[in-house]
Amino acid sequence: MKRYSALSLAAEGLRGHRGWKPAWRKARPAPEYDAIVVGGGGHGLATAYYLARNHGLRRVAVLEKGWIGGGNTGRNTTVVRSNYFYPESVALYDLALRLYEGLSKDLNFNVMLSQRGMLIAAHTPMQMEICARIANAMQLNGVDGALMGAEEALRRAPLLNRGPGARHACMGGIWQPRAGIARHDAVAWGYARAASSLGVDIVENCAVTDLLIEAGRVTGVGTDQGTIRAARVGLASAGATPGLAALAGVRLPVLTYALQAFVSEPVKPILDTVLLYLGTGTYVSQSDKGELVFGGGLDRVPTHGQRGNLPMQETVLSGLLEMFPAFAQLKLLRQWGGVVDVVPDSSPVIGPTGPEGLFLNCGWGTGGFKAIPAGGWLLAHLMATGRHHEISRPF
Amino acid sequence: MQIFTCPFCGPREETEFHFAAEAGKRRPEPAETTSDADWADYLYMNAAPRRPAREVWVHLTCGEFFTMTRDTVTREVSDAAPLPGRER
Repeated sequence: MKRYSALSLAAEGLRGHRGWKPAWRKARPAPEYDAIVVGGGGHGLATAYYLARNHGLRRVAVLEKGWIGGGNTGRNTTVVRSNYFYPESVALYDLALRLYEGLSKDLNFNVMLSQRGMLIAAHTPMQMEICARIANAMQLNGVDGALMGAEEALRRAPLLNRGPGARHACMGGIWQPRAGIARHDAVAWGYARAASSLGVDIVENCAVTDLLIEAGRVTGVGTDQGTIRAARVGLASAGATPGLAALAGVRLPVLTYALQAFVSEPVKPILDTVLLYLGTGTYVSQSDKGELVFGGGLDRVPTHGQRGNLPMQETVLSGLLEMFPAFAQLKLLRQWGGVVDVVPDSSPVIGPTGPEGLFLNCGWGTGGFKAIPAGGWLLAHLMATGRHHEISRPF
Repeated sequence: MQIFTCPFCGPREETEFHFAAEAGKRRPEPAETTSDADWADYLYMNAAPRRPAREVWVHLTCGEFFTMTRDTVTREVSDAAPLPGRER
């Protein structure tokens, strides 16, 4: 792997950028591997990378039915954070955030992590009490949470609706300085490049159609590119997981919903934090290009179609305009949807299941992107050792 | 805005409806002899099928539960009918 650096960039600039090579190898599947990861999104690619880097497995394949990073990894709002309540959740998401903090260096690929801080904004005294409780819990769990007052919140987001007609006047909320955004495509591409350089085969356009099980053990997968054998198979396939797990007779507490996101046309810097408004359920940040990136809750109709419905678009957009009336002048550039795997307790499912050798990493629901490094780290640990990491055991 | 058809009220906007559960689940009874695992299975386990799905929905404005058969990819509805034993 040719290392990227300021020097290589300058040298290529002088040569007219004609010397760049593909960042990863497009592989054809071999007949057999030590481990197969189903799903070439962030979680799957991270799993393959950590299998190779942390555990020394060299014969690893990632099978992706479309193109890498084309599912929820490329469809989210790029927010990373660990402002959770339960100790188990904080441990999990802060592992991800700590790995994100070192990721650009680790992968030699700039994931453009920008720790600009995130405010979960409250607009009632009751919400402020909940915010205080979560901020206290975060501090007890050793992460950087703090309660922020209205004055400071309005200083950080000066365009927030504060007129006499504001329906959800901001009272402050939970502030996490280390939260922020990262370039979502770069996370997929960076893991793919680093994994590929360690010998991982990344196979695109390869749909898994069967799980091979002999005498209670997984022995491989059937795909539209033929049978591929492996004693360890990990599923990191979000909305496709229920159908894949069913091939092994495993039922899951999962329902699949569309989650939408939106970007506006680019404008000059007007918002330098990530903001989640409890009153409207809408969250927003501004990308480095100047676009406002925002989203809200789930569509209310279970689906496997990667697009959203109009009622939720109206809810999210009206929420955004309630928070920032000035944004009514902006045009919407794009809108899209991804299929997320939602579980009743909103906590992921990580662990062995069904036949021996089959492992799950699913149920991330609306919060999979921020967890990518942890999901990969923990699934790789399970697949390599057969045992839980202490952080994944509660899940 | 998608239009769903309530078997009792006719075509209405999708926001008037709420997904309740996948159809075909059988409530484990009697409660005294039902294990936690069977109860959790009834409450939480789903097939989350791709393409044809039969589901129980509720029309929030009239309060009636009914079954709807849909394609979960295209969202096309092929059938909406009262629950078994419930007349229109």
